[in-house]
Amino acid sequence: MSESNAPAISSPVEYIQHHLTNWSVGVEHGEQVKIVDFSVFHVDVFLFSVLLAGLFAFFAWKIGKNLNPDRPTGAQNVVETLLEFVNQQVKDIFPNADRLIGPLALTIFVWVLLMNAMDFLPVDLLPALAGGIASLFGADPHHVYLKVVPTTNLDTTFGLALSVFALIIFYNIKHKGLWGYTKQFLFHPFGPYLMPVNIVMTAIEEVAKPVSLGLRLFGNMFAGELLFLLIALLAFSVWAMPAQIALGTLWAIFHMLVVPLQAFIFMLLTIVYLGLASQNDEHH
Amino acid sequence: MNVTATLIGQMIVFSILIWFIKGVLWEPMLKVLEDRKARIADGLAAAEKGKHEEELARQHALDELKKAKAEAAEIVAQAQKRASEIVDEAKNAAVEEAGRVKVAAQADIEQEVSRARESLRSQVSALAIAGAEKILGREVDAKAHAKALDELAAQI
Repeated sequence: MSESNAPAISSPVEYIQHHLTNWSVGVEHGEQVKIVDFSVFHVDVFLFSVLLAGLFAFFAWKIGKNLNPDRPTGAQNVVETLLEFVNQQVKDIFPNADRLIGPLALTIFVWVLLMNAMDFLPVDLLPALAGGIASLFGADPHHVYLKVVPTTNLDTTFGLALSVFALIIFYNIKHKGLWGYTKQFLFHPFGPYLMPVNIVMTAIEEVAKPVSLGLRLFGNMFAGELLFLLIALLAFSVWAMPAQIALGTLWAIFHMLVVPLQAFIFMLLTIVYLGLASQNDEHH
Repeated sequence: MNVTATLIGQMIVFSILIWFIKGVLWEPMLKVLEDRKARIADGLAAAEKGKHEEELARQHALDELKKAKAEAAEIVAQAQKRASEIVDEAKNAAVEEAGRVKVAAQADIEQEVSRARESLRSQVSALAIAGAEKILGREVDAKAHAKALDELAAQI
C-alpha cells in the first residue's frame, strides 16, 4: 500500500493523472489525445469490458444450458428474477416490443452494472498489480498505465449510446417508414410553416438522446472514480488514515447506489427511446 | 476523455454480447418461464374443472340416492299391498273352503239321516207285525195289512 502510494504523497497531481491515463496503443502515454482520434486504441478499456462481457456470457451460457423448468435453483432463480424484472420494464414501457428489445435491455443492464462495479475494486489494486507484473519483465512500473473501470471512458459509454442511437434510427424507419421519419423532422414540432426550425429542433432532440445517454453514465462513473482517487490521496499521513477509511466507506456505500442506478437508467432510457421510435401515431 | 478506435471495438463487443445473450439466455429462459406460466394456468384451470366436476358428481350421486330411496319406498309399498292382497285372498279362499266343507258335511248328515230313516222305515213294518203277532197271539199276514203298514212306515 505504502509503496504504491509513494507518488501520491510526493505529487498528488501526478498520481491522479497516472491513474486517469489509459493503457493505449497509437499514442505516447501522457501525451494529450485529441477529443476524437481514431488512431488511438485503449487496451485496458477494451480488455476489461471484454473480460466482463465474457464473464456475463459464460454465466449466461452456463445457466441457459442447465435450465430446469420445474425446479429452478440458485443462480437460475436469480437470473429468472432479473430477466422477469427487465421483461416487465420492457412490457410496461414498450408494449409492442419485438424480441430484440429484451435481450438488449438485459445486456445493457448487466454489462454496464459489471463495468461500473469495477469501481468497487480498490483504486490501486489492479494498477499496482499491473505495475508489479510489468516490473518483473523489466519495465518501469511508473510507465505502466491501467484504468480499470471501462465506463469511465467515453468510448464505452458512447459505444453503447451510439449502438442504441443506430437502433433508434432503425426502429423509426421500420415503424414509420423512411418518409414517415423524414416527415417527423420536417413537420415536428411546429407544423409545416416553420420547417427549418423543425429540422433543427428534431435533429437536436434526436442527437440529444445518445449524447445524454453516453455523457450521463460517463459523468457519473468518472466522478465516482475521481472521488475514490481523491480519497486515496488522504493516505499522505497516518493521521489522515481514519478520515480516508471513513470517507472511502461512505463514498463506496453511496456508490453502491449509483452503480446499479446508472445501469438501470441506461437500460430504462434505451427502452423508452426505442419505444418512442416504434410509436406509429402522428398526433403529437 | 476522448473518443478513440476503442469505440468501434466496444460497439462490436456489445452487438456480439446482445446476440449471444439473446440466443443463450433470453430466449430459452423466457420460453421456460412462459411454459411454466402456461402450465400453472393449466393446472389451476384443471383444478377448477375438477372441483366443478366433483360438485356435479356429488349432486348426481345425491340425485341417484334420492331416486333409489323413492324406488325402494315404492317397492316396499307395493310389496305391502301385495301382501295384504295375498292375505285377503287366502282369507277368502279359507272362508269359501270352510263354507264348502260345511255344505258337504250337512249333505252328508242329511244323507245319513235319510238313510237311517229309510232303514228304520224298512224295519218298522217287520217290528209292527212282530208286535201285533205278540198282541194277537197269532200270525198276521203281512200282505193283508200291507196298506196299513205302509201308512205306519210313512208316519215315521
